[in-house]
Amino acid sequence: MANILLSAKGIKIRFGGVIAADGIDLDVHEGENLAIIGPNGAGKTTFLNISTGYLRPQAGTVSFLGHDITAHLPRTITKLGIARAFQIPQLFLDQTVMENMLIAAASLKGRPSGFKALSSLPEAAEMERLLDLVGVKSYAERKARELPEGQRKLVDIALALALKPKLLLMDEPTSGVASSEKLGIMDILTTALAKEKVTSVFVEHDMDMVERYANRVAVWNMGKIQKVGTPAEVLADPKVREQVIGI
Amino acid sequence: MNTTLATLAVLDGISYAALVFLVSVGLSLIFGVLRVVNVAHGSLYAFGAYLAATLSLAVAPISPWLTYPALIVASIAIGVICGGFIERFLLRPLYGRDDVLQLLITFAAFMIMDNLQRLIWGVQPIFAAEPLKLLPNISVFGVAYTSYQVILLPLVALLTLLGLRYFLRRTLAGAVILAVTEDREASTAIGIDAKKVYFVTFVIGASFAALGGALASPTTSLVPGMGADMIVLSFAVAATAGLGQIEGTALTALMIGLTRAFIIYIQPEFEVLVPYLLMVLVLLVRPFGLFGAVQVRKI
Amino acid sequence: MNGRFKPITAVAVVFFVVAALAPLFVASWATLFALILAKGIVVLGIVLLLQAGQVSFGHAMFFATGAYSAAFWGKYVGGGDILLYIVLGGISSTVIGLIVGMFVVRYREIFFGMLNLAFSMVLWSLLEKMFHYTNGADGIRVARPGLLGFSFTPETFQYVILYVALVVAIAAFCGVQRYLESPLGHMLRAIKSNETRLEYLGTSARHVLLVGYVISAFLGGVGGALVSIIQQIATPEFGFWTKSGEFVFIAILGGGAHAFGAFAGAAMFETVRFYAAAHLADSWQLILGVVLIVIILYAPNGLIGLRQRDDRSKQGGH
Repeated sequence: MANILLSAKGIKIRFGGVIAADGIDLDVHEGENLAIIGPNGAGKTTFLNISTGYLRPQAGTVSFLGHDITAHLPRTITKLGIARAFQIPQLFLDQTVMENMLIAAASLKGRPSGFKALSSLPEAAEMERLLDLVGVKSYAERKARELPEGQRKLVDIALALALKPKLLLMDEPTSGVASSEKLGIMDILTTALAKEKVTSVFVEHDMDMVERYANRVAVWNMGKIQKVGTPAEVLADPKVREQVIGI
Repeated sequence: MNTTLATLAVLDGISYAALVFLVSVGLSLIFGVLRVVNVAHGSLYAFGAYLAATLSLAVAPISPWLTYPALIVASIAIGVICGGFIERFLLRPLYGRDDVLQLLITFAAFMIMDNLQRLIWGVQPIFAAEPLKLLPNISVFGVAYTSYQVILLPLVALLTLLGLRYFLRRTLAGAVILAVTEDREASTAIGIDAKKVYFVTFVIGASFAALGGALASPTTSLVPGMGADMIVLSFAVAATAGLGQIEGTALTALMIGLTRAFIIYIQPEFEVLVPYLLMVLVLLVRPFGLFGAVQVRKI
Repeated sequence: MNGRFKPITAVAVVFFVVAALAPLFVASWATLFALILAKGIVVLGIVLLLQAGQVSFGHAMFFATGAYSAAFWGKYVGGGDILLYIVLGGISSTVIGLIVGMFVVRYREIFFGMLNLAFSMVLWSLLEKMFHYTNGADGIRVARPGLLGFSFTPETFQYVILYVALVVAIAAFCGVQRYLESPLGHMLRAIKSNETRLEYLGTSARHVLLVGYVISAFLGGVGGALVSIIQQIATPEFGFWTKSGEFVFIAILGGGAHAFGAFAGAAMFETVRFYAAAHLADSWQLILGVVLIVIILYAPNGLIGLRQRDDRSKQGGH
């Protein structure tokens, strides 16, 4: 069995009266693409928020490669090797796509200079390669603000990849992308992830995507992990079909 | 410090707090609804004071009792005319734009009003104590004090507090204002005219500043610079309380008023420092103010 | 990236050349331009923070710190030198900037502005009330200092201080330009558009902002020292909130998107004040207020106008 990268144990969190997590246990194995599915508002994004330190669980622990990261800040967790792509792309809209990428490169290197020009960073070539990999190289010199939503999502993922993460957490990577482009983007993405040897977790509600691209699926429902298994196993479960997929 | 001084300090503190509350609550109300820090608020206070003094001096020869309506008329006139003008012609074109522009345009209004004030009323101190002299002095624990300052001012402040509470919590107009404060888009969607709400709120807030000035005018001589001093002070009170917190503003005004009054008797040179030092200390621990609440951004 | 600012760099060069030459023909402009350059240096600091989307309504505290550093040295030590004053002003404001900065960089927007204001008002009250040390509201006179051991007549001195201010301003301008194009400078701008992403790249936004804040405080102190030398006085009013407002005003007037906006704004502001004060002594403040309103309503990108439209950046903010 593969190594466990990320491990959540007994996570509990509630917002007012809503219980988003009520004792979640979930492991992420090295090298896999784990999909998290579940009804809207079930707390899937909360899991990403907790794993990256944006929210603190009321109970339970999250560990990454054996280190407890439960109460750490997002930037500390990022430094350990967890990167995140967002449901709504989080870009520096007033800067060019390339500048966005170089800021990521400078962040990864640490101790950013206040004197040498950003554009002269040696990582520029590598960043260009990553933009090419996700298919947005032609936008490199455009302001992030000028990009269409789908391209912004790809840049958002490229920013995460620029950090050379061990684990990439993605929140609905193809939402907001025209459905004709979804498959193309996921193909590019899974190839890129395999090539960069990045383990990934993605929250998704398009079952077609889950079936095609996940190695393993976790069903998040009513604050619990209802079922974990291969896409075929999970999607065949009548309970899951009824409560989550809605058929 | 003996009992007499302590009593004096408490009375000073209360009357001062009442005035500061009136100005601060206007500032806080405007921020709560429009999300704008009105830098011209101190000028509205100064204009209220000067106009009240001018009107008082004009009507006093007819009957000194007419000075009271003069104070009210001055506050409402300044609130509606100056406040209305600032909201309608300066702030309204900027809604939805960078916050700093909204703040800065009220700064421009401050510069203009500060200058106008010198042009209209000159730089010599003006004093119109008629309303203060009309009411008898009273004795509190053997300390004589004007009832204007220890009864009338706190009473007006209290009525303002209760009135605002009632207005916002119990009336339809108040509910509409609160709705816009909570969620502008949603309230616009259900047919609320946000522009009108902003206008009315600003005029009310401005009138409170002018009322504070009008009521202060009998107790102090009016000098250039009084507006610039008052805006920072009222801002310190509103920010310490938490912007948009009405009851909190009252408590904070009282706290700052009393602390300041005692400092005056103990260590007078630190009087000016008190509100700002308190503000620094409170904001360092609670950036949202003593009574404010934290908001988390969704991602 | 390099192509974008070229025309404005040319304008900046023209401006600095004019500042160097014009006063040779009109003597009264020497002090005017010296003041423009000194204020421009302070406003550069405001422009820096505007890159991060933060507005300090208390930056006069660093301006006053710089001015009083020079004034205190003149009063208690004596035998001042222009360069010494500038260095003193720079160091003391950097130290205060670091201390205050460690607190204020935890906050954003209105809270950042408020806390800065609060700190500056504390300094102002102290300057105003510690009469024994500061002469209170009257302020401290700053006797005309020498430069590198030379002393000057008042006529020569106004040119000496002009050229010192010019050299410092050019250095500050180039330094800030470089900084804004560097990774740290880009990260500073990233705080404005998306601080969350910056944290998710593993960078501490507070640290980035602290560096910007300290640089901005340093510039405030240097400018403050220069102004106290030019006007030969330091008063508590240097640290009053209206002074902070004036600096923000100048920054917006010039346009907050580019370092040169600081000088463009300062030139406009001081020139209007200079001529309005001479001809309409009673209403220069009114005129400036009207100018500000016109700029905000009709040219919100400021004089240099290169800024992306604010309303758009607002809508796409997250």
